[in-house]
Amino acid sequence: MIKWNKHRIIDNSFQYLGIASTAVGLILLAIFIGSILLDGVARIDWDFLTSLPSRKAERAGILTAWAGSIWLLVLTAFISIPLGVAAGIYLEEYGKKNKLSNLVEINITNLAGVPSVIYGILGLEIFVRTMRFGGSLLAGAFTLALLILPIIIVATRESIKAVPSSIKEASFGMGATKWQTIRHQILPAAGGGISTGIILALSRAIGETAPVIVIGALAYVPFVPKSPMDEFTVLPIQIFNWVSRPDHAFVINAAAGIIILLGVTFLLNGIAVYFRYKWQKKVDF
Amino acid sequence: MNKHILISILAINFAIFIGCNSSDQNTTSNTESSGTINIDGSSTVYPITEAIAEEFRSVESKVRVTIGISGTGGGFKKFARGETVISDASRPIKPSEAEACKENNIQYIELTVAYDGLAVVVNPANDWAQSLTKEELKKIWEPEAQETITKWNQVNAQFPDEEFSLLGPGTASGTFDYFTEAIVGESGSSRGDYMPSEDDHVLVQGVAGDKYALGFFGLAYFQENADKLRLVAVDGGNGPVLPSIETVKNGTYAPLSRPIFIYVNNEGAKRPEVVKFVEFYLQEAAGLVTDVGYIPLPDSEYQAQLEKFKQFVNTAN
Repeated sequence: MIKWNKHRIIDNSFQYLGIASTAVGLILLAIFIGSILLDGVARIDWDFLTSLPSRKAERAGILTAWAGSIWLLVLTAFISIPLGVAAGIYLEEYGKKNKLSNLVEINITNLAGVPSVIYGILGLEIFVRTMRFGGSLLAGAFTLALLILPIIIVATRESIKAVPSSIKEASFGMGATKWQTIRHQILPAAGGGISTGIILALSRAIGETAPVIVIGALAYVPFVPKSPMDEFTVLPIQIFNWVSRPDHAFVINAAAGIIILLGVTFLLNGIAVYFRYKWQKKVDF
Repeated sequence: MNKHILISILAINFAIFIGCNSSDQNTTSNTESSGTINIDGSSTVYPITEAIAEEFRSVESKVRVTIGISGTGGGFKKFARGETVISDASRPIKPSEAEACKENNIQYIELTVAYDGLAVVVNPANDWAQSLTKEELKKIWEPEAQETITKWNQVNAQFPDEEFSLLGPGTASGTFDYFTEAIVGESGSSRGDYMPSEDDHVLVQGVAGDKYALGFFGLAYFQENADKLRLVAVDGGNGPVLPSIETVKNGTYAPLSRPIFIYVNNEGAKRPEVVKFVEFYLQEAAGLVTDVGYIPLPDSEYQAQLEKFKQFVNTAN
């Protein structure tokens, strides 16, 4: 009887510990978002979204910053999605399992944990200097693509792994080639997981500051980029720059910029959740 | 299924692409035959250059000025490679950096554009430290003070027997380099047990909330927060002096005021839009520098810098 009571207490207290732990995260997030909204929401208006940077906080806008961020996002997506998905398919379906593939596998997993500023230094040397892209959008997009490639590769592989082998075997049994099996069976079944991984990776890329500063993204750009070779600035740099200004009005601008950036990130994550939900309903093994 | 999703992603991307393109045509429709002026360097000088670039837009709308914040050292690296024509600098160029410029055959001119003062601040409730000598500041901040000098009365016997807390910019900042060089005598040499923050607002809050705190940062931050903090007069050997526009301008607030610079290279001096920009910079600086919290040079000095630049342009062409 006594023993039973003890276990019950432990059981209950673990439940409360779990609730408390969850609450810490949620409350901190709520405080953070609440205080940012309080500071910044009143500052967001059409002018803020369509104005060029300025020394006067009330005249300054984020046009070039968000335009730069979207350019960078789109270019990064174009570069990283084909490379990452193809590499994932190769490693999972074609690559032979030997020492070399083990080494590649370990390195890809490790790369996903390398601090982003290191990718910035790599990008500076390879894309900005050796390949002579300069501090352009293209150099930034290649650098960020490198940064998120490991995430996309890992997500692709995990999604492919989750496809039941019975589907694959059935396809082979019907006389399909390997490519036909991948194209018509595996990719459709794994698509939800792959898209979710891609979108989460891209939403990480859009929030990065360090690598784009290192490759030479600027703080003051009074024009919207017109081609991938143009110089650019992005939202996180604009926010970083405003936070370090003495005038309090710039801090409010930064809060407003953060709301926009958070909005974009939430939107991307929302799309990811939606994809996953839709796919789960369609693909039923 | 997979195809549909991929197509829809591509479609969204294209829509964004096209949306982007149409919006730039509206905003930058008159940029044909424009020159681009690439500037990078110190984040201390950035607000001034930004203000000038902004005003320059209304004079020469076709010229595109871009400004980065790689720091003085990072800026000079690009400058020495010829990647920028103008470099913002919160200290004079180092011999090694000058050497790098020479190797790439880059000649340049140094132009002083403003003064920056460092403010030593305490809590308004602090009624003892009205002024500190350079030696007292050194005693507080030098590396040997770490864990041994911790109380106000160790600095000056008349101060209270209370522990102080120290706040200052992080070791990566130019302000930290400058303070340690001016006070301790060697750039970057400081005790490690102070509270560093790259965010000056944190420093302001820290000093404003602690009666026994002492901190330092750029004078511009004090002016924004004058109601929460009190300035300490600094005695550099000729009696205590409070920092103000006058004392920084006439050099009596020593050693904690410094000139800040822009560097222009000879390639820039050959391009009319760069020459125009630099001339505009020196002509308009007096007003705009005050706007962004720095201290302007005397008018005659701007005139002298302008003459110096014109000579450089003549020899470069």
